[in-house]
Amino acid sequence: MNQKEKLSSLQTIALVLLRLFVGWHFLYEGVIKLYSPSWTAKGYLLSATYMKSFFSWLASESMISIVDTLNIAALLLIGAGLILGFKTKLASILGIGLLLMYYLAHPPFPGYPQGLTEGSYWIVNKNLIEAAALLVIFLFPTSTSFGLERLFAKKEIKPSTT
Amino acid sequence: MAEDKKLFKGFSRRDLLKSLGGIPILGAVWFAGIDQNKKAKLERDFLLEKLNIKATPPPESGPMSGDPLRIGLIGFGIRGEQLMRSLGFATNEWLEDMAASAARNPNDKRLEDFRAQENLNVKLTAICDIFDVRAEDALRSFNKENNTCKRYANYLDLIHSGEVDAIIIATPDHWHAPMAIAAIEAGIHVYLEKPMTHTVQETYELREACRKNPKAVFAVGHQHRQTQSFLTAMDALAKNTLGHVSLIMTTTNRNDDNGAWQYDIHPEASPKTIDWNAFLGTAPKVPFNTEHFFRWRKWWAYGSGLSGDLLTHDYDRINCILNMGIPKYVTASGGIYTHRDGRNVPDVMHVNMEFPDFTTGGTQREDKEKGMTLVYSATLGNQFERGTVLMGHDASMELGNTLTIYADPRSTKYKDLIEEGRIDPQVPIFQYDPSAGGVDAVTSATAKYFADKGLLWTYRDGKRVDSTFLHIREWLSCIRNGGEPSCGIQEGFEEAIAAHMAGLSYKVGRKVEWDEEKEVIIALPGEDLDAILLDNDYGLPIQKA
Repeated sequence: MNQKEKLSSLQTIALVLLRLFVGWHFLYEGVIKLYSPSWTAKGYLLSATYMKSFFSWLASESMISIVDTLNIAALLLIGAGLILGFKTKLASILGIGLLLMYYLAHPPFPGYPQGLTEGSYWIVNKNLIEAAALLVIFLFPTSTSFGLERLFAKKEIKPSTT
Repeated sequence: MAEDKKLFKGFSRRDLLKSLGGIPILGAVWFAGIDQNKKAKLERDFLLEKLNIKATPPPESGPMSGDPLRIGLIGFGIRGEQLMRSLGFATNEWLEDMAASAARNPNDKRLEDFRAQENLNVKLTAICDIFDVRAEDALRSFNKENNTCKRYANYLDLIHSGEVDAIIIATPDHWHAPMAIAAIEAGIHVYLEKPMTHTVQETYELREACRKNPKAVFAVGHQHRQTQSFLTAMDALAKNTLGHVSLIMTTTNRNDDNGAWQYDIHPEASPKTIDWNAFLGTAPKVPFNTEHFFRWRKWWAYGSGLSGDLLTHDYDRINCILNMGIPKYVTASGGIYTHRDGRNVPDVMHVNMEFPDFTTGGTQREDKEKGMTLVYSATLGNQFERGTVLMGHDASMELGNTLTIYADPRSTKYKDLIEEGRIDPQVPIFQYDPSAGGVDAVTSATAKYFADKGLLWTYRDGKRVDSTFLHIREWLSCIRNGGEPSCGIQEGFEEAIAAHMAGLSYKVGRKVEWDEEKEVIIALPGEDLDAILLDNDYGLPIQKA
């Protein structure tokens, strides 16, 4: 971390919490899908309201099993990475990519069908907010404060301190 | 271990906590997920085991081996062409259209499905259509090197040609029985489109012909008998999942010209290209007109409107599941409210069929529950999907190509489970969707109407199959290997009588009664029921456009 101004410990705790919660959400989604053998993204993809041809290609017979597997794997790895504090930068970028895909398949753009949602959205929805949260996590890494990367960070620092 | 000690050298307990603190969180979330899934699965398995409904397909019909069967077709119209595809014969035009459509839309699998269809080992040797253009269309496509197909100007010539073992009849209703009887009496097997007959008298005559010629295999074209969700529904009923069913709602909801029988009129139709007298047959002699020829379903003289064309589907769908037979009483009403274009069959119709002695089995005190009403409610002026619902004391079943069962909040059977919170009446206790995970392309409003009712296709091993194909295959298998078609003369007899009772009640404006012992529809003194049924002008003032 080469930050000019050091974060206060409360600021760090808040960022760690944000990272853990987003990771928690990803991991739980991944685990539920992993243990539901009949789960598939096909319905979500086929009902896409934007970039329809791209998403229906993803849902096609030849692609769907790869797409499902990759989705579950990505959810699990991103979730684990964020919670454990390991490769969080990579996990954040992958997470943003995944969330943007979910977002673009059913974007809350004016004039687009919204289907069933639990709230009301205009352009910004929870997928987009979670992606923004991951951008913060990407820009303010905290895994050396709380996470496996602390081990390596300590190790690297060690020679200079002894 | 020595390595480990070295690794963690210089780490305080606090550092370790901060480094590895994520691991227990990860574990907790992971196990919470597994636990959640396990609970949901246990509840689901518990219910499925409790209900014990088997979603099994019917036994496959027998092998198609042996010499090819020689098939003749009478009536190469809209339905005739569909039936030929199920038999394995598509017109050149259709093949070209489908190839073009598949090129535009990769999800359009109609051509692929057709090409993948099993070969039924038949020859299409004879065609009879009284419209030259259609007959020639058929010959151009089907009369090829490996399949010699001849045109016959008259159906009797076709039946007695010695060139056919079996025929498929897809003509206007008033020709169904005369053609089927002629074929059965000649020992030719018959696949007949619904409704089985056009008059009450014909219904007895056709049954008599079948009884006297048991070797001729006779099937009525109610292809939904092959639909897997219906077979699953039969099992659910057999297990008394619904308790005593007191009311069944079936509906027709259409709002397009094709669905209201406004079929296309061919530009080349003329007295020169159409054998008009052959079309009329026993119908009143009226001058040639293309409206009657192509849109015959709109007149009692040739068709039977909602009661013959669409009620028959719904009645047979339910009769296939419940086997409740002919209703004791039928009352019907309706009118021509949307399509006042000169037709005389109703476009809105409401039919109540009473089965006072029938029960699906109860769960309450013996003798408390008995009797059932089957409602058929139809409009050709709105397509809000009202579906088909079987309403029992313990549960309701929504029936189509999918099948959904909801427990009733006041159920006797599920009382304890509802109280324990293990059954939520708002959430289905059983859902069967053979196409789960797949979305099928339907091409028109009318096609969607049929698909939703399970009339277009069904599923075998998760693969979409044309139900008409399975129905024809079953008929061919009975011819080759013996056995009874699932919709034979008895089922057809019940379908036809129920439909005629509905048509009659609509026309005479009163409750029509079936005498089960004498097997007759009770008429008032001096009343000729068939004359009333056929009469284009008979009816209440409200029924005339």
